[in-house]
Amino acid sequence: MSAFWTLLKRDLLLQVREGGAVGTALGFYLIVVTMMPLGLGPDLNLLSRIAPGVLWIALLLSALLSLPRIFEADDEDGSLDVIATGDLPLELATAAKALAHWISTGIPLALLAPVLGLLLNLDLGAYPVLVATMLVGTPAISFLGAAGAALTLRARRSGLLLALLVLPLYIPTLIFGIAAISAATGGPSGFQASFLILAAISLFSLVIGPLAAAAAIRFQTQ
Amino acid sequence: MIDLGPHAAFIWASYAIYAAVLVGVIGWLVWDGARLKLRLAELEARGVSRRSRAAKEI
Amino acid sequence: MSQIDTTPQQTLTQKLANPTRFMQLSGTLMPWFAGAAAALILYALYLAFFVAPEDYQQGQTVKIMFIHVPAAWLGMLGYALIAVSSFGYLVFRHPLADVSAKAAAPIGAAFTFLALATGSLWGKPMWGTYWVWDARLTSMLILLFLYFGLMALRSAIEDEALAGKLCAVLGLVGVSILPIIKFSVDWWNTLHQPASVIRMDGPTIHPDLLWPLLISALGFSLLFFALHMKGIRNEILRRRVKSLTMAEVDRARGVSASAAAE
Repeated sequence: MSAFWTLLKRDLLLQVREGGAVGTALGFYLIVVTMMPLGLGPDLNLLSRIAPGVLWIALLLSALLSLPRIFEADDEDGSLDVIATGDLPLELATAAKALAHWISTGIPLALLAPVLGLLLNLDLGAYPVLVATMLVGTPAISFLGAAGAALTLRARRSGLLLALLVLPLYIPTLIFGIAAISAATGGPSGFQASFLILAAISLFSLVIGPLAAAAAIRFQTQ
Repeated sequence: MIDLGPHAAFIWASYAIYAAVLVGVIGWLVWDGARLKLRLAELEARGVSRRSRAAKEI
Repeated sequence: MSQIDTTPQQTLTQKLANPTRFMQLSGTLMPWFAGAAAALILYALYLAFFVAPEDYQQGQTVKIMFIHVPAAWLGMLGYALIAVSSFGYLVFRHPLADVSAKAAAPIGAAFTFLALATGSLWGKPMWGTYWVWDARLTSMLILLFLYFGLMALRSAIEDEALAGKLCAVLGLVGVSILPIIKFSVDWWNTLHQPASVIRMDGPTIHPDLLWPLLISALGFSLLFFALHMKGIRNEILRRRVKSLTMAEVDRARGVSASAAAE
């Protein structure tokens, strides 16, 4: 089991040292959110109504951009073959890498969201819920995204293909994330239900993501 | 044909697009199959044998 | 898999695993399926246009239902078929399972597209717009994306065997998330209650409308299976052509075919 933590720490260190990668995702998030008012007009009422949706969708897209990194570097220098044939079960290895992605990219994006919420005149009552739903929903993004990254590791047009494969899988997280925010800010009731379902989806992805990613990597490194 | 009401155009369009797509799929499958059979006949006429027979020749 | 099978009793799937056997079997079955499909479809069309009454709410546009509902059903059946095939390929290594999944994808996607197109054309007279974000149509659209993903992944990977395995993984991931997607879209739809409460197949289906619908559904299902069989046959031929072509190239190169083919 210590191999799991070692791998996790190693991946996190690599992300930190690489520096630019996480910053790029955050920068992309900022740019996309900035473009929304530019495209839709600066009407603050409109913006505050669409703010939760915009923030969630832009987060999904930003996370999407950073997904290939989970396995690419290791594949290029051959470490992936070592990991695949090592003692640590590949399912746990992929889980460690997905977890590293969540910690290094998912959480920062979720924490940046309220700041960007200022740009969109997000309803004040929504701030805590926004961060809560994003922190609970981003694991699904990292873990399902890891499966997508593993499947498209050696494919042509992998970036676009990854988006096509993975965005439909994010739809339940998106829907329940938004539902929870709406419920908490005076919309139809059911915050607890939405939030719990959101958490359940993330837990489900904690299982299925690494399983699929491991299977995919095994087939490609044999 | 009985009168299809004020929205007849939509009914016709639906059935038309349905027919078009299905004919397209059937046509593609049939054409693909014919093309492959032709290619297979070509290869077999040239005396290309399957792996196992080729191995025995060697 | 041994070439000569000495086991006395073979299960159906084992019998079908041998491509040559499958070609023989499907060669006799397929015309029957196609013929029965054609007959039922023609009968359904006759019923739809000459027998079925108009709906008291939707008028004659209810006739679109006779092709929309089967298309939706077949779009979902196609994905279920892919899921079963994927499972068979990954878990049992059934040789034709990958071929089955590959053949089913374009057919299922075509029916899903038709469900969307006919749904849209049905919606315009009903709701005044070509598209409504109701739960059924939205789920169908997402299903189409899942099909596109499968087909795109397969075409993006050069190694055929690897492509088959990765598509099988994707198929299983998709089918396990599909109920969740359906559930979430339904939830989302109830939050944003559409103005019209007319469901796509009406509050209840009148028996006079049900019969043509069932005939139509059966006819198009038989067509689906006939097309699926044809697709599998084509793929078997394609792989034969490929292996013969490679054998020819190897012989031309003077390399022993058996060594190079491994």
